[in-house]
Amino acid sequence: MKSKFHPDENGYFGQYGGAFIPELLYPNVKELADNYVQIIESEEFQKEYKSLLKEYVGRPTPLYLAKRLSEKYGAHIYLKREDLCHTGAHKVNNTVGQILIAQKLGKTKIIAETGAGQHGVATATVCALMGLDCTIFMGEKDIVRQAPNVARMKMLGAKVVPAISGSKTLKDATNEAIRYWIQHPETFYLIGSVVGPAPHPDMVARLQAIISEEMKWQLKEKTGKENPDTIIACVGGGSNAAGAFYHYLDDEDVELIAVEAAGLGVDSGESAATSQLGQVGIIHGSKTILMQDEYGQIVEPYSISAGLDYPGVGPLHAFLYETKRAKYMNATDQEALDAAFELTKIEGIIPALETAHALAVLSKIKFRKDQVVVVNLSGRGDKDLETYINHLKE
Amino acid sequence: MNSIQKLFQQKDKNLLSIYFTCGYPKLEDTTKVIAALEKSNVDFIEVGLPYSDPLADGPTIQDSSHKALENGINLDIIFNQLMTIKETNKTPLVLMGYLNQMLKYGEDRFCQKVVDCGIDTVILPDLPMVEFENHYKALFDKYGLTNVFLITPHTSEERIRKIDSYSKAFIYVVASASITGAKGDISNQQVVYFERIKNMNLQSKLIIGFGISDKQTFTTACKYANGTIIGSAFIKNLGENGIDKIDDFIKPIIS
Repeated sequence: MKSKFHPDENGYFGQYGGAFIPELLYPNVKELADNYVQIIESEEFQKEYKSLLKEYVGRPTPLYLAKRLSEKYGAHIYLKREDLCHTGAHKVNNTVGQILIAQKLGKTKIIAETGAGQHGVATATVCALMGLDCTIFMGEKDIVRQAPNVARMKMLGAKVVPAISGSKTLKDATNEAIRYWIQHPETFYLIGSVVGPAPHPDMVARLQAIISEEMKWQLKEKTGKENPDTIIACVGGGSNAAGAFYHYLDDEDVELIAVEAAGLGVDSGESAATSQLGQVGIIHGSKTILMQDEYGQIVEPYSISAGLDYPGVGPLHAFLYETKRAKYMNATDQEALDAAFELTKIEGIIPALETAHALAVLSKIKFRKDQVVVVNLSGRGDKDLETYINHLKE
Repeated sequence: MNSIQKLFQQKDKNLLSIYFTCGYPKLEDTTKVIAALEKSNVDFIEVGLPYSDPLADGPTIQDSSHKALENGINLDIIFNQLMTIKETNKTPLVLMGYLNQMLKYGEDRFCQKVVDCGIDTVILPDLPMVEFENHYKALFDKYGLTNVFLITPHTSEERIRKIDSYSKAFIYVVASASITGAKGDISNQQVVYFERIKNMNLQSKLIIGFGISDKQTFTTACKYANGTIIGSAFIKNLGENGIDKIDDFIKPIIS
């Protein structure tokens, strides 16, 4: 039986999705839509993809029972250690898969957008690995606040192009990547999240689904059951959450919690909590929930975390929100910072600022003592050290 | 018959259409720019709805849109401005905006307002054909609106034939793989593309746009189509020289 959480033939999850693109992109998007499922499901692709994930990325990533965190919050809290992936975040699961798809389609020039720089680094990394030309679009504001990742991308041989329009963050980097793609239709747009025109959201979700695929057998080994009670993940565009939820979407007894960035507070005017502040709209070629004014002008979001600083969510998330299959919570800048310091102190793990938002809701939930909770630890915090150091001084 | 079809009955060669951004350079300039363009004998006018994230537009139109939004322009103000010239303006107007603007305003409410302003043709560059077939065709039919499709050097013949069958005003021929504001002369490669489209003997009139900026590109493009659209070059001139100099920009092109 086909899951209701898989897109229909036009790339819709319920009313969300589709491919709202200028005509120039039509042949590219159609080529991908016609081929991606067949490629991903082919034995040849699976062999290469799984081999790279094992030998190059370092998968499977551990599912670690965080004892002191568990004690503190009165539940069995497991951390899915995506931070231990090569390049330091879950992003590489997707880039390894997409670079193989790009190669099968005969593409040699790769472009990508990046917010925090994690997707940019993961893209530059696989381009270096495969010897492909790589151009990364990054908001000028993010180039400043994520300097170490910019240096890594450059060292990996990528060209980093600053996006100087709009809010100069992830939304604008994506705009610039799409504009470049229109002008260079021979390039492959290696999108970094479950956003963009169909089939990108579904393709990225399938490639990130390795996270929940591993969780199933790891939980079975550790607890005797494949299913946890609760999965928690942060959401900007929503790729790590999509991957962590994917194989559990149809298991309605597994509670799914997505955590958005509230910035200075949901109602402060400085926030990126899309599900709370958005309405149905079109962004980056996809119909989804979007932060916009009464005339459909996109509102500039705010979050301390560059990776969550996005005014939309992927269409799958809009559908999970609308159908209440997942619960959408949020955490402020301050709550995320506190959660990052807490995990560092009691578990010896410095999480990315994005990931810290997921950890921040642990204190807001009342757990049963025997509740099995998995937090998707999507990335490590090296790139955020400057923010953390500044916070320490305060 | 819509306003553009009527226009083509009177004239079907060397048509010049100008794109401008509402509320630019100043909030109240929308109607002034239209009046000046009409006085300069522009054949039809594309009324651009400023959008925060215009994916198909280059820096010039992005900047004019940004400025217009900063001036406080919005759809209600634009519709009110257009209502004031409904009786006096005789030059056909075509509305160009992004789908999200219509979606958020309310699709029926938007269409009704467009009709109320005496406009019957819209261009939405991010409205794909499949969405048109599944939903928007019926909506536009209900209000007597016509939608203009864009074709590009990469659009297949089969798809162009389908677009031709849906087109009631004209087909917007995007001159190259570019966003708006492309610069330079028309290349041999572009001429080959224009000839290919011309030789398809489509029932629709053809208007070439994206990268048409001056007398030379206008004249070349008009050999292969019924007319052209100039956007970014006009906006740039408007920003630098103001409304008073609009005629100085248009005259050398159409003379």
